Formats: sequence, C-alpha cells, structure tokens
Amino acid sequence: MGGVKQFLSHFFVTGPFEIGGDVSIGLVSLAILFVLTRYKLWGWLWRNWLTSVDHKKIGIMYMLAALLMLFRGGVDALMIRTQLALPNSQFLGAEHYDQIFTTHGTIMILFMAMPFIFAMMNIVVPLQLGARDVAFPYLNAISFWLFFFGAMLLNISFVIGGSPDAGWVNYPPLAELQFSPGPGDNFYLLSILISGIGSVATGINFLVTILKMRAPGMSLMKMPMFSWAVFATCIDIIFAFPALTIALGLEFADRILGAHFFTLNGGGNPMMYVNLFWMWGHPEVYIVILPAFGIYSEVVATFSRKRLFGYTAMVTSLLLIAIASYFVWLHHFFTMGAGADVNTFFAIASMFIAIPTGVKIFNWLFTMFRGRIRMTIPMMWVIAFIPNFVIGGSTGVMLAAAPADYQYHNSYFLVAHFHQVLIGGVVYGMLAGMYYWWPKMFGFILEERFAKWGFWLFNIGFYVCFMPQYPLGLMGMTRRMYTYPAGLGWSSLNMISTVGAFVMGIGFIFIVLNIVSSIRHPVKDTTGDPWDARTLEWSLPSPAPHYNFARIPVIDSRDQWWEMKQKGMTKPDDSTPLAPIHMPKNSGKPFIMGVLFFIAGFGFVFNWYVLAGLGLLGVVITLFARSFDYDTDYYIPVDEVKHSEAAFGRS
Amino acid sequence: MGGAAILLLTGCSPQQFTVLNPVGPVGRSELQLIILSTILVLVVIVPVIALLAYIVVRYRDKPGNTAPYQPQWSESKKLEFVWWSIPIIIVAILGTVTAEKTFALTRPPEPTNNPMVVQVQSLDWKWLFQYPGQKVATLNYLEIPTGQPIEFILTSNAPMNSFWVPQLGGMEYTMPGTQMRLWLQADQAGTYQGRGANFTGRGFAHMTFNVVATSQDKFNQWVQKVKATGTPLTEAGYQALVKPSLAGVISYSSYPMGLFENVVTKDGGGMGNMGK
Ligand code: HEM
Ligand SMILES: [Cu+2]
Repeated sequence: MGGVKQFLSHFFVTGPFEIGGDVSIGLVSLAILFVLTRYKLWGWLWRNWLTSVDHKKIGIMYMLAALLMLFRGGVDALMIRTQLALPNSQFLGAEHYDQIFTTHGTIMILFMAMPFIFAMMNIVVPLQLGARDVAFPYLNAISFWLFFFGAMLLNISFVIGGSPDAGWVNYPPLAELQFSPGPGDNFYLLSILISGIGSVATGINFLVTILKMRAPGMSLMKMPMFSWAVFATCIDIIFAFPALTIALGLEFADRILGAHFFTLNGGGNPMMYVNLFWMWGHPEVYIVILPAFGIYSEVVATFSRKRLFGYTAMVTSLLLIAIASYFVWLHHFFTMGAGADVNTFFAIASMFIAIPTGVKIFNWLFTMFRGRIRMTIPMMWVIAFIPNFVIGGSTGVMLAAAPADYQYHNSYFLVAHFHQVLIGGVVYGMLAGMYYWWPKMFGFILEERFAKWGFWLFNIGFYVCFMPQYPLGLMGMTRRMYTYPAGLGWSSLNMISTVGAFVMGIGFIFIVLNIVSSIRHPVKDTTGDPWDARTLEWSLPSPAPHYNFARIPVIDSRDQWWEMKQKGMTKPDDSTPLAPIHMPKNSGKPFIMGVLFFIAGFGFVFNWYVLAGLGLLGVVITLFARSFDYDTDYYIPVDEVKHSEAAFGRS
Repeated sequence: MGGAAILLLTGCSPQQFTVLNPVGPVGRSELQLIILSTILVLVVIVPVIALLAYIVVRYRDKPGNTAPYQPQWSESKKLEFVWWSIPIIIVAILGTVTAEKTFALTRPPEPTNNPMVVQVQSLDWKWLFQYPGQKVATLNYLEIPTGQPIEFILTSNAPMNSFWVPQLGGMEYTMPGTQMRLWLQADQAGTYQGRGANFTGRGFAHMTFNVVATSQDKFNQWVQKVKATGTPLTEAGYQALVKPSLAGVISYSSYPMGLFENVVTKDGGGMGNMGK
C-alpha cells in the first residue's frame, strides 16, 4: 500500500497549480466525453475527423490544436509575467518558474507556431494549386497525429511526472541526468522526437505537392506567393529537422542509455549539442516566419485591390532567406568563443539576411501604394505587422553585430527581439491567415466587432509588454531569472511589461469570443469569394467540396481568379464534361499509430521499456498492416459530383 | 527622446543602464557599436513607418479618394534597385565595423606584456575566482586593479554559464572541459555588478557577484589582507563548493595547486585557449 502511495505521489505531481491542472483537465475531458456520448457523436468524430485524410480537415484540426496550445502557452506566459511583476516575488518558486518558462517556449515554438503554419499550409496550398489533395494524403494524416500525440505527451508532463525545466533549448549538461533527474526532461525529448517525424514528413509532402501537383499551365513563376513561401519553408524543414533529431536523439542516448555525448563528465562535449540545436534552431525561426510572409503577400494584394508588387523579387528573396538561414546558426552563441574569424563570418551572414527581408517589406508597402486599401480584419493584422517587423528585424541586425551581442546576449534585449518577430511576425501572420481563409474553411465570415477589440488590445498590449524589455536588457536583466532584487531600476519596467501581457491576454479572449459569437450568428459566405480576392481557392464555393475542384482548372496567369473575374466570369469554366474523381480513402491507422507512438514515448519517459517496446512493436505492425492495404482509394461517380456541385448552384 | 522621457518617469536613472555606462575600454568599444547600429537601423525604421502611415491614409478605399489607383502596376526596376541598395549599404557599413571590432576585442584593450590573470569557475550556484599571480581566491566577489587589462580565463564545473559584468564589457560562456578567454578593464574605481547570464537551474537567479575595482596600491593591500586573514581553500573545501547550493562571499588565502587546470582537463578537456 505504502509503495503504491509513494509511486502515485511521484507519478502525479502534487502542488496547488498541478492539482488545479488535474482537476480542470479531468473536468474538461469528462465534459467532452459526456457531450460525445450524449449526442451520439463518437461515430461522427471517428468517420469525419479522426480518420480523415482530407487536407482541409487536417488543416482545421491543426488550427484548433494551435489555438489550444496558444492558450496553454499564454497561461504559462501570464504566470511568468505575474512572477516578475514585482521584485522578490514569492508567487512561483524557482522550481515552478523554471518549468513554466520551459514549457512556454517549447509549446509556443513547436506546438503552437508549427501546427499553425501546418494548418495554413494544409488548408490553402492544394486549393491554390488547383489540386484535389496533397501528394501523400495518408502520410499527411500520420504527420498530424504524430504532432498531436507529441504535443499531448508534453502537456501531460504538467500533471504526471513533472515538466521539463532546462529551458526550451534544453542545453546539456543542465539537461542531463546529473542535473535534471526525473522524467521531466524525457517528456521534452520524446514529445519533440515524435512530432519531429511528422514535421519532416510534412516538409516532404508539401514540397512534392508543390512540385508535382500544380494545375496545368501553372508554371512555378505563376504560382501564388503563399505557395512559394511554403516551398521555401519545406526546403528549410527537410534539411533542418534532421539536425534537431540527431541532437535530441544523442541527448536521449545520454539520458536513457547512459552515453556521454554531452555530459559534464566522461568526456562529453556540450558544445556539439549547442551547434546541432541551432543548426535546426535558426532555420526553424524562418520555417515559421516564411509561411507568414506568404500570408501577408496574399492578404495585402487582395485588400489593396492590386497585383503583388515585385513578384520576382519576392520569390528571389524567399529563396535567399531559406538558403542563407543555414549559414547563420552560430549567431545564437557568439559568446561561446569560436574565434574572431568565425564570429565575423556568422555576423555578416546574419546581417545579410536583413537584405532580402528588407526588400520584402518595401514590396508590401508598394503593393499598397497606388492601391485601394480596405481595412478588413486580416488587413489590419498585416498593417500592424509591418512596424513590428521593421523594429524586430532591426534589433536582429543589432544582435548580429557580434561584439555588441556580447552585451545583449541572454538579456531581455534578446527576449524582446524574438518576441517581436515571433508575435509581431508569426502570430500576427497566422491570425491574418485565419481571418482571411476562415470563410473558405467554414463557409461563414468572422464578425468584426469583437475582432477589432481583440486586434487593438492584443496589439497595444504587445508594445506595452515587450518594448520595456529592450531597456531592461540594457540594464543588465538576464532571461530565465525567476526573481530579482529591488533597487536595480528594473521594477517599474517589469510591472509595465506584466500589465501589457494581461492586456494581450484580454485581447486573446476577445478573439475567442469573436469566434464563438460568429459561430452562433454566422454571416454566411454564399459566393465563395467574400473578399473579392485573386487566387484560385476563391473560385471554389465555401467551404470547398471535399474533392476541391470538380474540374481541374487550366492556368494562364498569376492571379488566375482575378483575371477570370476581369473577363466577366463569376464561376470557373464548366463547359467541359465532368469525369469521375479519384480520391484517397479514410484510414484509422494514422490515428492508431499516433496512439502507439504516444504509448512508446510514455514508456521511455518513465524508463518502462516493456511498455515502450510494445508501443514500438505496435507501430511496426501498423506499418506492415498498411503495406497490405490494397483498398486505399476510390472514385467519386460523376452523378455524385453533379449533385454536390448543384448544391452550390454550379454545374 | 520620448522613450527617454518615459524611462525617466518610470524611475530609472541613467546610471542604471549598465550597458550604456561602461567604465572601461571594452565596454566603451561595444557601446560605440551599439550606438552606430542603432543609428543605422533608425535610418530605416523611421522612414518605413512614416511611409506606411502615409500610404495607409492616402490610399484608403473611401468614396471620393482621388489618389491614383494603378491595379496593374507591379514592377519598377528603379524602385527595386533603391530598396535592394538601402539595406546593402547599411549592412556593408555595419559589417565592416563589426568585423574590425570582433578582431580587436580578442586582443588586450591596451598593450601589455605581463597581464594580470583571473581564473573564473562557475559552479552550482556560485562563482569561484582564482588569482594565479597572487595565489589567493575569492568566492562570489572579485577585486581588480584599475587601469590595466585583465585576462579572465573561464571554465565551469557545472552546467554552462556565462560571465557578465556589463559595465566592464560583454560576456563569455563558461564551459566544462574548455578554457575561454575574455579581456576586460576598469578605468574607474567603483563597484560593479556581475552576474551569470546562462541558465543553470534553480539557483541561477542568485548567481550575482560584485566587482570591486580599486587602484593598484589598494589592490595590493587587499591581497595582503586576504593572505593574512582569509582561510585556505582545501581540496575538500572545493568539493563542498561543487555541490549545488547558494553561498555568500568568502576570501581564500590560498588554494590547491593546479585546481583550475585539473577542472579543465579532468575529462579530457584541452588547455588550448578558446575565444582568442
Ligand atoms: C532580420 C533578420 C534577423 C536577424 C539578423 C536576427 C538575428 C538574431 C540574433 C543575432 C539572435 C541571437 C542573439 C543572441 O542570442 O544573443 C537572434 C535570436 C533569436 N531570433 Fe532573430 N534575427 C532576425 C529575424 C528573426 C526572425 C524573423 C525570427 C522569428 C520569426 C527570429 C527569432 C529569433 C529567436 C526565437 C531568437 C532567440 C532564440 C533563443 O535564444 O531562445 N529572428 N536573432
Ligand atoms: Cu537565429
């Protein structure tokens, strides 16, 4: 009995926050189970969502997960800021504080920003290209479920076993067993290793989709800019994620198998980890910003009623950024003593990235110039992004000046920089994309009143929260301190910053309210083109039918749909006869594989190797079973297509 | 200007901006670069934000807006040439100065043939400073003479940290199995705060230390005093320090021979200097 009790008290983390977490997670789960059972929705959920290989549905699931994780990471952020509001605060102890900033960073980058860009890629790319799905729909579902169960694995660490607490970069030797005993750090490693497999698969999937599945006539230089941005992102994903997998895999070997790659003793070399981590880490920041750049390009052209300015330069700069981002990783540790020659190379390479980035900003400005700007919600996020990114990119250039970085590194100046580019760049971009493509996903438009409140609160809150952090850095405040004494001049700026964070939190609540109220009183999008937009996805009804295009369009210009409208068309050409449509079949295996990976990961986290082995064995069996699946696709008969097109008033 | 006014209103005095108030040549040189880069980026930030405001006001889609509307206009070689050039020029200027300073900062700030050396170890969660020239050591505080370059040699016998005294100059990592080198110098007597800048776990926030800079004479007197009144640091005493804990300031009249070197090499680390 005593043994069991002791086991349980280690297994379940006990403390006021954790018990609160346990209770609320338990209640929410019960509520979900109740609703699903009460309204007999299990079958619906399984058939329509969990087994779906439809890129649009997978995209929507990514987006919901990203919003949930934005909430979870946001709560972490508010706890961090509450702790720092006053000097010598006792709100969180060092132990909790360290866990919370670690899960905050990890969740925001890997389980919020990543799924959000995957959401946008999934929802938009096939529709923009005139394709009926991605190149490998089944693999796409696997990617999603690996991400999902990876994210769940990290999230349960809060209540089971304990969260990781070595920072989102998880540097050894701190993250090694000697200094981080217990399962917390294993949660970090396994959740990212599992979801990382999905990310690489997504990179390959979309690269192939873009190269092979464009509608006839769409040469690369006629491809919409968002798809170009995704193309550049995929190059980064494919070549960067393996470095992360290796870094974390070796760290995993240290922790689980007793190796000494990066340990303090036994001849380990932590510097190797730091290099590998940032060989992924720097491209990663571009992996999340490039799709946002793509979204800005689409939105700005649509709402300026004008062609995107400097298309060729936009493509060139995307590719330059994607490639150059492999040659700058060392700027994250100029202070590791690599020598003046090496530091100089990486400093100048980092500054170089600002050139194509600057060009993009001018091109967006000149897309608006001599246009007609409509202040819709997506456009407001784009306009708010520009000043943020000009400032955040500039402080990036300042950080890239290596000798100056010796004074900024790991200070709040750095914290302010990356939040300005990640929030003002990535989050604003994803929100712009969400508002913009929402009607395409769901068939109704998000209302504007709450959306505006959300926009202004979030945007003002941002500056109040993060601008004070630049001077704080110059006052010597370093990141990851759970407390600080009074008398250093830091107190008032920290208090202001905390106020700003709460204003952003209220902004987020308004965005949620905005979604809820729009669901309750939807403004239907009956035309499929509510914004009078330019690219192919808007030629389809909203929401798009599951086969996307009844007839694959033939492309002859960049803004295909806009040009068609200029010629007086109100819907795509339907003069050619319909043909049966070839589609992939749903499958439960990706979901099952996700569950099995979760079980294996959970086993490794607690060093329960039998469980881990069973999970992995299950994965292998699922793979085998799949390879004997011959019934993986089907044809939609012409009658059915006719019928469903007729429902949209088309033929 | 506005920003400065707001900062003063929040009760921050200019002296509290430690990075902006260097007391030695290294910090001053870095500050020059900070100022130069700030000016260069402002040259972009201000016009771009102004241009954005202008465009958004002028080209709003309002009835009766008479501003030109050219929906097909999307290329201009001349304009594009301009905005490829602006960032290229800025990066060229900043890159040149950066390269120059990066090389300069690996050398002592002033020529010196027999520099004073301080060996720094980061432990969990304390700083141990050894003075090989004086054969004394200190815990969690540092005493240095003014007006001469000091060569800090850094390592760690704990998770990697970073040694940072903003008013003297920028930081450098302390890493297990590695020796790093950092030149700093104080030209003004005074007490300056230093801290660890790379996260090392629970006690990290408390890893602060004061650097007391005094004249050479006073420094010599301090060394004599430590020799006379301090306690010796023994091997056992050192092992106790390595255990994770917080500690106050201590002065040691001596320390075991080869202590620092052993920490660096014990697991196959090299004595070659990094960060030159
Ligand atoms: C104009 C281009 C940019 C330049 C020159 C630049 C430069 C830098 C440099 C030199 C650092 C390291 C500073 C240090 O650790 O002391 C840094 C950190 C960082 N940057 Fe940027 N940056 C740029 C744009 C971006 C963008 C677009 C993003 C993301 C969307 C981003 C995200 C980050 C993050 C997350 C970190 C810190 C990671 C960490 O230490 O936890 N940066 N940047
Ligand atoms: Cu970077």
